[in-house]
Amino acid sequence: MNEAEIKDLIMELSSTVGVSGSEERAAAAVSRHLERHVTRIWRDRLGNLVAFKEGDSTEGKPFSLALVAHLDEIGLMVTKIEEGGALRFAAVGGIDPRILPGQPVVVHGRAPLKGVIGAKAPHLLTTKERGEAPKFENLYIDLALTGEQARSKVRVGDRVSFDAPPLEMVAGKSLAGKSLDDRAGVASLIICAAALAGVRHQASIYFVASVQEEVGLRGATAAAYNLVPDLAVAIDVTHGKAPGLAAGDAFELGGGPVIALGPNHHPALTERLEEVARSDRFTVQREADPAVPGTDAWAIQVSREGIPCALLSIPLRYMHTTVEMLHLNDLVNTGRLLASFARSIDGPFVEGLACF
Amino acid sequence: MLLTKLADLPGVSGDEGAVRKAIIEEIAGLPLRWRTDSMGNLLVRKEGKVPSSRAVMLAAHMDEVGLMVVSIEESGHLRFKPLGGIDSRVLVSKRVRVGPEGIPGVIGAKAIHLQKAAERKKPFESDQLYIDIGAKDREEAEKHISIGAYVSFDTRCVSIGEGFFRGKAFDDRAGCAALLELLRENNGLSFDAAFTVQEEVGLRGARVAAYTLQPQLALALEATAAADTPDTKEEFNATTLGKGPALTFMDRTLIADREILQGLIRAAEKAAIPFQLRRGAAGGTDAGAIALSREGVRAGVVAVPCRYIHSPCGVLKKSDLQHTISLVRAWLEETA
Repeated sequence: MNEAEIKDLIMELSSTVGVSGSEERAAAAVSRHLERHVTRIWRDRLGNLVAFKEGDSTEGKPFSLALVAHLDEIGLMVTKIEEGGALRFAAVGGIDPRILPGQPVVVHGRAPLKGVIGAKAPHLLTTKERGEAPKFENLYIDLALTGEQARSKVRVGDRVSFDAPPLEMVAGKSLAGKSLDDRAGVASLIICAAALAGVRHQASIYFVASVQEEVGLRGATAAAYNLVPDLAVAIDVTHGKAPGLAAGDAFELGGGPVIALGPNHHPALTERLEEVARSDRFTVQREADPAVPGTDAWAIQVSREGIPCALLSIPLRYMHTTVEMLHLNDLVNTGRLLASFARSIDGPFVEGLACF
Repeated sequence: MLLTKLADLPGVSGDEGAVRKAIIEEIAGLPLRWRTDSMGNLLVRKEGKVPSSRAVMLAAHMDEVGLMVVSIEESGHLRFKPLGGIDSRVLVSKRVRVGPEGIPGVIGAKAIHLQKAAERKKPFESDQLYIDIGAKDREEAEKHISIGAYVSFDTRCVSIGEGFFRGKAFDDRAGCAALLELLRENNGLSFDAAFTVQEEVGLRGARVAAYTLQPQLALALEATAAADTPDTKEEFNATTLGKGPALTFMDRTLIADREILQGLIRAAEKAAIPFQLRRGAAGGTDAGAIALSREGVRAGVVAVPCRYIHSPCGVLKKSDLQHTISLVRAWLEETA
């Protein structure tokens, strides 16, 4: 895939909707891009999208590599329809309520309904309220519908996504929008699959777009158990450098893919990622990850008798907002580095993973 | 629709050019005389079949609240100050357009994962917020942006619900759309229309426009705050969407002229146009500045109710705008 195609891909994936537990549309979009590069594609019982490509291993025991990025995005869920038609809601995933006032949203009722998140007007706030962050219970969705109209179109439990079409930045090779966490990771799977088309690789590969990561790494838990890969790489986003963030918490946008180091990440895998990056001339960054249970790698590592796992991350500013920002080069290079890594895996490497 | 087109244009106070140009395009070719003044006000004369008995000025302001870039950080991030009254809590996680070329930018926020529990309890202060245009450093940012660049919200006006619009800058593109409609339609009326600048920073354009036009009667066509929403007690809510144009008896800048207010009510009742009295005295409009022009001008305000005013995403009811146009037309027929 060339850069223009990759840009179109991430814009498309950012636009599609897949709030945790309701990833159907996102899965369909990803499936359209992955299916041409694989031998089999399916959704498992939990909804994970799995695409399988056979490896070229001819001697010895066949082995498999799972590349896992999560399909779901943070969003909201309708909890109550007020008398006057306003909707109360709960967060799906980690959402700071301070990003919500004035936010355009789409309620996925019987049909998609555009609305906006309202809060008490600033001039009506008391001095005490002024000093406090907005709380979920004081916010509501305004669909400009009466109670009766709202009740006929919306039900409690309907998902709500942010109405935030992707924005191409002019002053740099960046993109901003919703759900780049982790559609960027999913896009890197597609870039990797495209790069491996017609290329020999010994490992069979599962490309997994996992569901329900934002609510507790649930899709990856089931996928790792079902697929029993010999090794895995989770691809997610990490914090991009921005004012007010501590060194070590955030990484340069455009500085390259980030390789995580720490107890959650198998040392041989992180070492191999670094070797491949060196030999194929990818600039990478290193992230010290002192066992923060934030990604699918956390769940995969302890599946069944243990699955060696690494984490490759794409720097992303303003994570879990509607204006998440990434640098296109980081996405391109993450996909291509994954392809290099996948090609480098052979039988002896896999056998060595359990030898300490 | 006219409102959709006007609302989507950037036009922060002092930078109303795009709105002015669009309005001039809309009146081009019509039998109207227009000129601009040194501040950028657009003054349009409509001469009907019947010459008016009294000089009437209808004013709507072209400007909207927004931001201005005050410095560029080493990291390429832009620091900003508000232009007009903006509550900084509506700025978080929003998209903006910066400078004459409309360079896209976003106002980000620290990720929830990196916040301490205590941080989360307080609203973001404006000094914690900045615009990110994706530039890798100050040098790259300076290729696109200069200090002093105007910043407007990047929101598209769309239809929502049953007969509503969601968008930015309804204050006061709703007034502009109404005034433009009264100019364009073949109603035989005579009046001076003033599309004013810099209302949001102190009613500045209207002041000189009124001096120039020397009206005897003036109406400001406005958008006004509605809080007909949950969690707001009715007594605190000034206007309600769907109940027609709001008439002001008093605000921070004006005690509405009694004759005009009564005239508006009479005209509404006679033509069976729904209306509401604005329950509250906060805020100010161009009418306040016009009223104090020269030896004084009788002035009033007719406003379209709007939820979440001065934010990137307001909500307005189409029928309220239609009724506003009808009411002003009816009043002109009775009065002028």
